[in-house]
Amino acid sequence: MSASLGERQGKRLAVGGGQFLRRLTGPVALLGPAGIWLLLFLVLPTLLILEISLVPGLRPEDVGGSYGLGNYFQVFNPLAASFDPVYLQVIGRSLYYALVSTLACLLLGFPVAYWLAIMAPRRWRNFLVVAFILPLWTSSLLRAYAWTSILRPTGLLNSFINGLSGLIPGVQLPTQSWLYSSAAVFIGLTYSFLPYMVLILYASLEKLDISLLEAAADLGATPRQTFWQVTVPQTLPGIAAGCLLVFITSMGDFVVPTLLGGASSTTISRLIYNQFLGITRNWGLGSALSMVMILAVSLAIALLLKYGDRDSVKEA
Amino acid sequence: MSFLRRLRLPHTWQGWLTIALFGFMYGPIIVLGIYSFNDSRRYTSVWQGFSLRWYESLFQDARIFRSLQDTLFVAIVAVAISSILGTLMAIGLSKYYFPGKGVYRGVSYLPLIIPDISIAVATLIFLASMAIPLSIWTIVAAHMVFCLAYIAVVVSSRLGSLDPNLEEAAFDLGATPTQALIKVLLPQLMPAIVAGCLLAFVLSVDDLLISSFTAGGGANPLPIEIFSRIRNGVKPDMNALSVLLILASGMIAALAEYLRYKGSAVER
Repeated sequence: MSASLGERQGKRLAVGGGQFLRRLTGPVALLGPAGIWLLLFLVLPTLLILEISLVPGLRPEDVGGSYGLGNYFQVFNPLAASFDPVYLQVIGRSLYYALVSTLACLLLGFPVAYWLAIMAPRRWRNFLVVAFILPLWTSSLLRAYAWTSILRPTGLLNSFINGLSGLIPGVQLPTQSWLYSSAAVFIGLTYSFLPYMVLILYASLEKLDISLLEAAADLGATPRQTFWQVTVPQTLPGIAAGCLLVFITSMGDFVVPTLLGGASSTTISRLIYNQFLGITRNWGLGSALSMVMILAVSLAIALLLKYGDRDSVKEA
Repeated sequence: MSFLRRLRLPHTWQGWLTIALFGFMYGPIIVLGIYSFNDSRRYTSVWQGFSLRWYESLFQDARIFRSLQDTLFVAIVAVAISSILGTLMAIGLSKYYFPGKGVYRGVSYLPLIIPDISIAVATLIFLASMAIPLSIWTIVAAHMVFCLAYIAVVVSSRLGSLDPNLEEAAFDLGATPTQALIKVLLPQLMPAIVAGCLLAFVLSVDDLLISSFTAGGGANPLPIEIFSRIRNGVKPDMNALSVLLILASGMIAALAEYLRYKGSAVER
């Protein structure tokens, strides 16, 4: 009696196991291949650069070495013997470029997104938005290259300035080599990432309830008050997301600072590039800088998600 | 003239700024286009007459064509495989709940947010430590990471707006899970899959950093070739090449936007 009960239970377990396996085939078939690929070519490599970054001064031909924070000290610890302030300067410059171009994108992008989402003729809206972000689909390399022919010493911008000087007698407007300067990097970064900002702000402004703006106006608010007290708070998550995205992508950008910036405008991604494909190679240091960048980006995203959640909590 | 009268100019500063920034976005591309027809021996901003000579010299450039072949091979193979893996991943993430799902989803978003240079460095170190020789296939493998992530994101957003009743109806009518997937779910997802593939294709064709780190000597995709030519002094045939590539990617973009528009129109 008890044996048959046990047998039955065993059978049920076996059937349950079979069902369990069958229930597993779906998820494994759907999520397995991509998961393995991401594990192999993303997670594992990232763990590897974490390991390499802890091996001081590893050159490609070196093998092994003892673990330590030497590569990080070289960048961050002023007390370390190997400390070189140039790395902090490069990181600071990257942050500065990213900050200025993010601000420029926000100041230029917000009015454009506002016009496209609220003021533009309704039937043209979709077309205009797509037209504005269309350049994103073209090669970022070629778009940066396009600016070189404008900013070169004998380029279009200086020809234009010379032309203006010719029109006004007695005045010589200054021309300069715009290319290979910080100004060129600002222009290039703003040009590259403005469409992202407009796209995100547009998505946020499109959801804005117009009746709120009308209500504010009915209650006697000036347009300025309506803007700062209704429109901006309502679109704050979009503003935060847009700024963060532009900040991260322009901080990590390689093409614009390399093609438009000069030797004195090296950024963190150029620095990392040189540690692997340049003349003076140092895989350990390159990995450490790369880890710093990954951590900074992850932290920024985590902060955004946290504040995004807080916003939705407030709304609820 | 009636067109001009009907074309109402904006009467706000935001409208004028938008027009100015349209000029900012398209101006450099138009300048590039104009100079690609400039009949000048040197790379100069002075207009010296209309000529197709740079297009002619471009079409005789065998190196460019080999690079284009490499680029297209990498993009097509990486996107083709990623379209399957990415779509399956998106469906799996929408269907199942399991421990560690949040981590899985987070990892699948990583390629969208981590800077290219970090992915490039990590992939190079991984390949070096596994002693895998660099070739065109290592570029494909590295491109698949971001291709499948982008395709999965586009497909996921489409999955969220689908009617779940249709799949349940298929089950009620006796369809197996595989049949329901192929006959009910996939047709509904097709516009999103195609749009995601086009996006991934454009990103793969545009990629410089990840290709540079995983190419080795064997393959030489177009962005690497263009980058080294720009750095070693420009010849105007780069203008001609740029114009052709920008036109091509513009057409792909228009197709993708049309599909997206059609996909959302069908829903309504």
